[in-house]
Amino acid sequence: MNEIVDSFGLALGMVLRLDAALVEIVLLSLKVSLLAVALAALIGLPLGAALALARFPGRHALIVLVNAAMGLPPVVVGLVVYLMLSRSGPLGVMGLLFTPTAMIVAQMILVTPIVAALTRQGCEDLWAEYAEQLRSLGVGGVRAAATVLWDGRLALVTALLAGFGRASAEVGAVMIVGGNIDHVTRVMTTAIALETSKGDLALALGLGLVLLALSLLVNGGAQLVKEAMAER
Amino acid sequence: MSAPSILPLAVADLAFAVRGETLLEGVSFRLEAGSRTIVLGPNGAGKSLLLRLCHGLLAPTRGRVEWAAPDPARRQAMVFQRPVLLRRSALANVTYALAARGVSWRRRRAQGLEALARAGLVDLADRPARVLSGGEQQRLALARAWALTPELLFLDEPTASLDPGATRAVEHLIAAIAADGTKIVMTTHDLGQARRLADEVLFLDRGRLVERAPADRFFAAPASPAAQAFLKGDLPW
Repeated sequence: MNEIVDSFGLALGMVLRLDAALVEIVLLSLKVSLLAVALAALIGLPLGAALALARFPGRHALIVLVNAAMGLPPVVVGLVVYLMLSRSGPLGVMGLLFTPTAMIVAQMILVTPIVAALTRQGCEDLWAEYAEQLRSLGVGGVRAAATVLWDGRLALVTALLAGFGRASAEVGAVMIVGGNIDHVTRVMTTAIALETSKGDLALALGLGLVLLALSLLVNGGAQLVKEAMAER
Repeated sequence: MSAPSILPLAVADLAFAVRGETLLEGVSFRLEAGSRTIVLGPNGAGKSLLLRLCHGLLAPTRGRVEWAAPDPARRQAMVFQRPVLLRRSALANVTYALAARGVSWRRRRAQGLEALARAGLVDLADRPARVLSGGEQQRLALARAWALTPELLFLDEPTASLDPGATRAVEHLIAAIAADGTKIVMTTHDLGQARRLADEVLFLDRGRLVERAPADRFFAAPASPAAQAFLKGDLPW
């Protein structure tokens, strides 16, 4: 019990004095997850809107597939990306394994289905309401998709948030493709796992605190953004 | 308007069926410019369906909808029973429609504000459209349609969910749009409203065009039994 209390005190101290090792890990985590979400948004938003608006054979199967992919196990995604990027893999020559880039790619694969599926849901409800009016105005195709994305922006904030939550919290994929290398690919989740098994509970707890605070901050910020936008 | 008018609209032997169930059958008529045409009939008679077929939102199972000039879609508009407003400001709802019709962005704002002014909504230009009252929303939908200067405006029960005050405001706006030279084709189940607005009446019953007459004659002496029953408020089924 004492050990936990001591660790907690140490952890709080590290957070408050912005311990260099801690800050480095936090910044890398943010960079990897934010870039992964940004890339996932580039793919997932148009894909989700297209799935909501377009009618083509195989659409239902694709929707089921995207929904199912929301639950992709991170370790499996990590493994597949690992195999692609390893020396003997098809993309091995790029030398990306155990780099932040590999981690971004793996997280992007995890997040894209979440963004796409939630975007599709939001856009589909809106499209049910808008379809006739937009057709009456002669609006179709890309312009209609852009309209629905813009008008559904509140739902999209939630989609991106869910994606960021997924990315910043997962361990398996970044551990496998990043390797948890100190100063290179060590992020909050992998560091917590490592430090816990090493017995350095202070750093693990400190990172845990930051991770929780970050999650609160991002959600709180997004809530403010949503409220501001809802008034418009 | 310099280009030849898309009116008259000629509808020939129009039919529409879904999964073998015929909802509209053998409807033919010609609509001339100018007058205000009210489509009357009991619920389920096919009034809304007829408007959607004419406007091109649905493809008929049989028959034709023919316009007198090419590219008719850009020269007509439709307002729905429940106004479909974008989640943007009132003004942005109008400028969006103007943009869709290819009006240059420089002129959109001025034209949009002018349209709002004609509907008495200019003070609400920057308010989100979705927080407006029901009557204001419907007037905004009308202002948006009017901004496109359509030659023909389809109105599907535009006051069905409004209180009497809002209904009156919407009727005034419709009358103003008609006076501006836009042909009005409107469905309603409100007989008082039909009397106030109609120049002529198309009476539908169970998917068929039963009677067509100038408004005064229709209301004074309907020719068909179905219309007589409808005007008396009888329930023929």
